[in-house]
Amino acid sequence: MTEPVISLRAVRAELGSRTVLRGIDLTVNRGEVVALLGANGSGKSTAVRTVIGQVPVTDGEIELFGTPRRRFRDWRRLGYVPQRTTAAGGVPATVTEVVASGRLSRARLGILRKADHEAIRRAIDLVGLADRAKDSVNALSGGQHQRVLIARALASEPELLIMDEPMAGVDLASQEVLARTLRGEVARGTTVLLVLHELGPLEPLIDRAVVLRDGCVLHDGPPPKAVGQHALPGHDHVHPHAAPGTEPVRTGLLS
Amino acid sequence: MEFLNYAFMQRALLAAVLVGVTAPAIGVYLVQRRQALMGDGIGHVAMTGVGLGFLLSWSPVWMATLVSVLGAVLMELIRWYGRTRGDIALAMLFYGGMAGGVMLINLAPGGTNANLMSFLFGSLSTVSQEDITAICVLAAFVIVMTLALRRQLFAVSQDEEFARVTGLPVRALNLLTAVTAAVTVTVAMRVVGLLLVSALMVVPVAAAQQLTRSFAATFAIAVAIGVTVTIGGTVTSYYRDVPPGATIVLLAIAAFMLLTALATPLARRRAKAAVTASGDPAECVIPVAGEAAGAGVARDTVPASRGSAEGSAG
Repeated sequence: MTEPVISLRAVRAELGSRTVLRGIDLTVNRGEVVALLGANGSGKSTAVRTVIGQVPVTDGEIELFGTPRRRFRDWRRLGYVPQRTTAAGGVPATVTEVVASGRLSRARLGILRKADHEAIRRAIDLVGLADRAKDSVNALSGGQHQRVLIARALASEPELLIMDEPMAGVDLASQEVLARTLRGEVARGTTVLLVLHELGPLEPLIDRAVVLRDGCVLHDGPPPKAVGQHALPGHDHVHPHAAPGTEPVRTGLLS
Repeated sequence: MEFLNYAFMQRALLAAVLVGVTAPAIGVYLVQRRQALMGDGIGHVAMTGVGLGFLLSWSPVWMATLVSVLGAVLMELIRWYGRTRGDIALAMLFYGGMAGGVMLINLAPGGTNANLMSFLFGSLSTVSQEDITAICVLAAFVIVMTLALRRQLFAVSQDEEFARVTGLPVRALNLLTAVTAAVTVTVAMRVVGLLLVSALMVVPVAAAQQLTRSFAATFAIAVAIGVTVTIGGTVTSYYRDVPPGATIVLLAIAAFMLLTALATPLARRRAKAAVTASGDPAECVIPVAGEAAGAGVARDTVPASRGSAEGSAG
C-alpha cells in the first residue's frame, strides 16, 4: 500500500533567474492526502507545477506512478485544479462545456460517448452544481467557479488529484461543498496533493503536511495545529505549534 | 433576384457565404483565447504575400496564404518564447508585413498601389473562377478543423495549462489555430479586404454572445450572423453602388448594436426567472441567527473572511 504515486528527489527549479526550489524531497503514497503549506513565495505552487511538467526542473528526479515524469503519458490518471479565480474564457460557456474539457484525457479524438457524458454529469453533481449545469460560468460566484474547476478535474475519474489553492477566495458555503466532495474522493481511495494557504475546513482530511520555506522543506509530518484566525487574509505565516490547552478558533463549518 | 443570373454575382455570393461561415468559426476561438486582434495582425502580414504574388506573377491568393501561414506560425512562436517584449516583436511583424507589401507591389512590373486597394478593402465583383476554387478549398479546411477539433480547441482556448495536463497536444493545436486563422484571412481577403478581415472574425462573435450562455450556441449564432451580413452586404452592394466590404462590416456592427439592445431585457427576464426558481426572496432579508448555515445564493456572496468571523461568533 505504500506505493509512491508522486515522488520528488532533490528537485531544483528556477523561474527566470531566481531559484525557487533548492532541492525538495516529497513523496505522496497511494491513498494519502498531503497538504503543501508555506508562505507566499515559498515555492509550493512551483513544486506542484514541476510535478505536472509546467515548470522545468534544473536538477533532481520526479516520478509519477513510478514512471519518470518525462516519459509519463497516462494523464487520465491525474486530475489537476490550477490556481485560478475564474473558470470563464472570452466567450460564454456553460458549466457542462467547461467540465467536459476534463474528460478529454479519456476520450479518443475528442469524441465523447454516453459513458463520458455520464461521468461529466456525475462530476458536476459531486460539486453540487447540477442545477446550474446549463448556466454560463459567467453567472457564477467565485466559490462556484472553483467548484467548476474541481468538477473539471474530477471528470476524468482520476486516481490522483493535484490542487493548487482550491480554497483561495472561496466563500464558506462552497468551502463546505468542496470539503465534502474531497472527503468522498478520499473515501474512494483517491490520492490528493493540495497546495493550501491554511488548512481550514479540510484539516480533518489531511494525513500529512509538508511545509516549505524559501524553496526548502521545513516540516514533513502530521499537519500543524492552530490555524484559525492567523489563516485569515493578511496573515502569511504558518504556525506549526499550538499553545497547550487552547481551543483553536475554527474557520470552517465542518471542523 | 435577377442578380443571380450573373456569373460574377454567383461567384461573389458563394465567396461571401464561405467567408460568413469561416471567419466567425475560427474567430470564436480567437475571442475565447482573448486574441481577438490576431486576425488583424495576420491581415497585415498577408499584404507581403500579395505583393510577392504580383512580383513573381503567381496567384496572389495562394501567395498570401503561404506568407500569412508563415506569419501566423511566427507569431505563435513569439508567443511561446517571447517574454515581456513579445508585443514589440509582434508590432515589428505586423508593420513590417504591411510595409513589405507596399514595397513589393511597387517593385512588381506594372504594379501600383491601385492593385493593392482591391486586396486592402476587398473587390468582390472581380473574384475570378480561379479565386473561387482557392476560396472553396481553403474554406473547407477551416470548416473541417473548427468543427472536428471543436472540443480540443475549446479546451486549449479556455485554459491552456489545464489542457496540457489533460495530455492534449497543446503546441500542435495552437499552431493549428494560428494556421487556420491565417487561411481564413486569405479566404476573406477578396470579400472584405485585409484591413477589415478581423471585423468579421470578431464582431459576429461579440454580437452572438450578447444573447448566449453556451459556447455551442455562440458558435452557431455567430456563424448565422456572419452569413446574414455577408449575403446582405453583397446584395446591397449590387443594388446600391457601395463597397461590399465596408457594407458587410457596418451591417455586422449594426447587428451587434441591435442584439446588445435586445439583450438587456432578456438578461433581466432570465435573472428574474432564476430568482423565482431558487425561491430566494427578491429583497434583502437579514437571516435569523439560527438559519445562518442555510447556504443560499445570498450566502455565496459573503467574503470568506467576513464569513469566518460570523461563524466564530455564532
